[in-house]
Amino acid sequence: MIENIGTGALYLSLLVSLYGIGAAAYGTWQQHKGRPAHAWIESSRRAMLLTFPLISAAALSLIALLVSGSYNVQYVYNTTSDAMPLYLKITALWGGQSGSLLFWSWLMSAFASAVTLRKWERDREFLPWVVLVSLVTLAFFLMLSVFFENPFVRFWQTIDGRQVVALLQPAGATPIQPVDGRGLNPLLRHPGMVFHPPMLYLGFVSFIIPYAFAIAALVTKRVDDRWIRITRRWTLVAWLFLSLGLVLGSRWAYDVLGWGGYWGWDPVEIAAFMPWLAGTAFLHSVMIQEKRGLFKRWNMILIIITYDLVIFGTFLTRSGVLSSVHAFAQSAIGPLFFGFIGLTLVASLALLLWRWNDLRSEGQLNSLLSRESLFLVNNLLFMGILAVCFWGVIYPLISELVTGQQVTVGPPFYERATGPLFAALIFLMGVAPLSAWGHSTWKTLGKAIWKPFIVSLIIITVIIIKGMRNPAALLAFWLVALTTSVTLYEYGHGVLARRRRTGESIPVALWNLAARNRRRYGGYIIHLGVVLMALGVVGIEMFQSETQGTIRVGESLSLGGYTITYKDLAVFDTNDQRNVARAVVAVQKNGRPIGELYPRRDFFYDSQQPMTIPGVRSTMEDDLYVLLVDWEAISSESATFKIYHNPLVNWLWLGGLVFIIGTLVAALPDKEHQPQKAQYPAALKTAAS
Amino acid sequence: MKKYLFLILFLLMLGASLLAAPPARAQAPVPTPSDDAVNTIAKEMYCPVCENIPLDVCPTQACKQWRELIRTKLAEGWDEQQIKEYMAIQYGDQVLAEPPRRGLHWLVYLLPPVFLLAGVLILWRVFSRMRPPVATTTPPPMQDDLDDAYLARLEAELRQRQEEK
Repeated sequence: MIENIGTGALYLSLLVSLYGIGAAAYGTWQQHKGRPAHAWIESSRRAMLLTFPLISAAALSLIALLVSGSYNVQYVYNTTSDAMPLYLKITALWGGQSGSLLFWSWLMSAFASAVTLRKWERDREFLPWVVLVSLVTLAFFLMLSVFFENPFVRFWQTIDGRQVVALLQPAGATPIQPVDGRGLNPLLRHPGMVFHPPMLYLGFVSFIIPYAFAIAALVTKRVDDRWIRITRRWTLVAWLFLSLGLVLGSRWAYDVLGWGGYWGWDPVEIAAFMPWLAGTAFLHSVMIQEKRGLFKRWNMILIIITYDLVIFGTFLTRSGVLSSVHAFAQSAIGPLFFGFIGLTLVASLALLLWRWNDLRSEGQLNSLLSRESLFLVNNLLFMGILAVCFWGVIYPLISELVTGQQVTVGPPFYERATGPLFAALIFLMGVAPLSAWGHSTWKTLGKAIWKPFIVSLIIITVIIIKGMRNPAALLAFWLVALTTSVTLYEYGHGVLARRRRTGESIPVALWNLAARNRRRYGGYIIHLGVVLMALGVVGIEMFQSETQGTIRVGESLSLGGYTITYKDLAVFDTNDQRNVARAVVAVQKNGRPIGELYPRRDFFYDSQQPMTIPGVRSTMEDDLYVLLVDWEAISSESATFKIYHNPLVNWLWLGGLVFIIGTLVAALPDKEHQPQKAQYPAALKTAAS
Repeated sequence: MKKYLFLILFLLMLGASLLAAPPARAQAPVPTPSDDAVNTIAKEMYCPVCENIPLDVCPTQACKQWRELIRTKLAEGWDEQQIKEYMAIQYGDQVLAEPPRRGLHWLVYLLPPVFLLAGVLILWRVFSRMRPPVATTTPPPMQDDLDDAYLARLEAELRQRQEEK
């Protein structure tokens, strides 16, 4: 029964989406002809709104099936089992292919519906096109769910005894009701994985909104910065969720994957990272258009790239193309994704070319050191990293197609290629906030930077005196010190000026300063978050060490000032169908006992998969990360441990937190004034007259 | 020219770092190489089955056997490069963390710097069209936020006007 409700709601939502597309298209056509079209456009808006309750009904039906253990449904059988706790049964909604796609559509409809509820008075002409673009994207995903990856298909036994999977009951067939399911992939049974996919998907789907507005602006020839101003907050929200998704994913990898790191340059990670890179470039670049009316074409290109990277990211992870191009060709949805990406890219670029001459810059660059020039260099660096990532992900596919031979493009390639680009970005983060819009000279910039520069030199001298000699690490620490000094200096400067003027206390002045221009000061907090994260990255990339050894009870392994001593190992079954091997190791730091760690290996009976859970001692200085690799089956007298010493890694998570707070600050509305296009001499005259 | 020097230098450094092959570390023959010696090599290898999991941390039985194979070869006195080449011949280039630098695979290393160079050229063009501000029509240097002196003046004048009223 529930399956039928879900299926019905899913089909209806596709029909409603298609109707909405038709209504919006017909409405705009009528409008073009000068005929009244309000009713059609309003109807398309309502169709967009209706998709949300319909897809909600489908998604909630699937959740009900997952929770109730309806193993007759293939998706439920594949992703849940009786032993799983309730929250994991619910989150199994995004634990498999077809559920993920439905979840994607659900979030997409929520966002698109929310957009249609805004006040449209000033931007009435955008509405049908925003609805059209959103619904075309939504309809594409719903079509995948309905025809190729339907989460409601069930197991049946036909009259001749065959087991089949079908949505509707084949003639004479009886339903098969398995006693228990196979359970969720154990790697996904982690709080990080509970929140990581929804955050990522939220980031993905909310980037569709600025894209829809960009297309609307192109079609309606309203090519001023109105579309950017409307979608500024949507873009920030998209960026916030995507960033959260990436940070949570990294944390999950660190806690669960058992390789002592947080980022493995895995194609699936890169698939999510690429829209973030393009989106970050876009976030910076739109400011140039808002402030100076420059680079309108480039902003359009960036948002089109971001949108198609969102779809491309979903395509990479959902089509099987990463395991082999042949898997892609065999999968039903792979070629469809490919076609959709090609179509949207070509259509968007054609539209852009059509409006090319209308998108001329309103002014021109005046100075190499102006803020907008430095933002352009920032864009070049982000695009450079994006190119490395894109090429690294698709080259194995090209190699397989051309030579028939698969290759791996792994971390060494990405680290070497992107390392200098990231370093240059951090340097720019230190310099750009001090340059002025319009015009800057070496002299003005030098005057602004010399104090933070001296502070950074003092910091790096202290680090050298403390014994650091690695040149690459020293350069990285100097960049971090410079950017941190500049950011804090800018804050301090602003707070003191405000305090002088208003007499406010420092915390109040700090608060009001950020509230007065959240975008600027939120941005600074984000920069601070990035440099803190950079500290963690430098720590793990340049100073991580590891050792592995097999030791008997009472014996020890040492690394980075830590010593672990093997005390005990117990193997036991748990109520939730796991076989757990749990070791006890005593930990000493510089000869002083500091406690015990419990690295373990869980074997999940339902999915027949092992999972390595590290024992971690975590401080701001470093992490001791202990893995149980192997053990003697019966006596447990000896066991093999792998230890990682990860200096500074916690700064990565702290930086992530600061980064998210900064994004939230930037996304909130300004308290005292909205940022205006900078024309203050004129404003001064008006105010004074 | 001088202003682009740092970008050109940076590009050259990037290209050089991409092209530079990681140094092969020769291992002296030892009776039973340690786990660490094995993992140093396994860290930059992948088995063809376990996608994207480096060989040193892959928990499967097959990967365990591969690590033992590396140990055996090390014990026989092979160095890192020889072992990697042997594995690549036996199981295909995908066992290596990076495509070998030959034939079509050069594209992996050459295309990103070319792309970046194209980006730099585009920027060059944009910057070369740049015109310095004309004194009579161009506003003074702007902050992205109205600066404090200006704000103070504005607020003072507004207060003055209110008082006048």
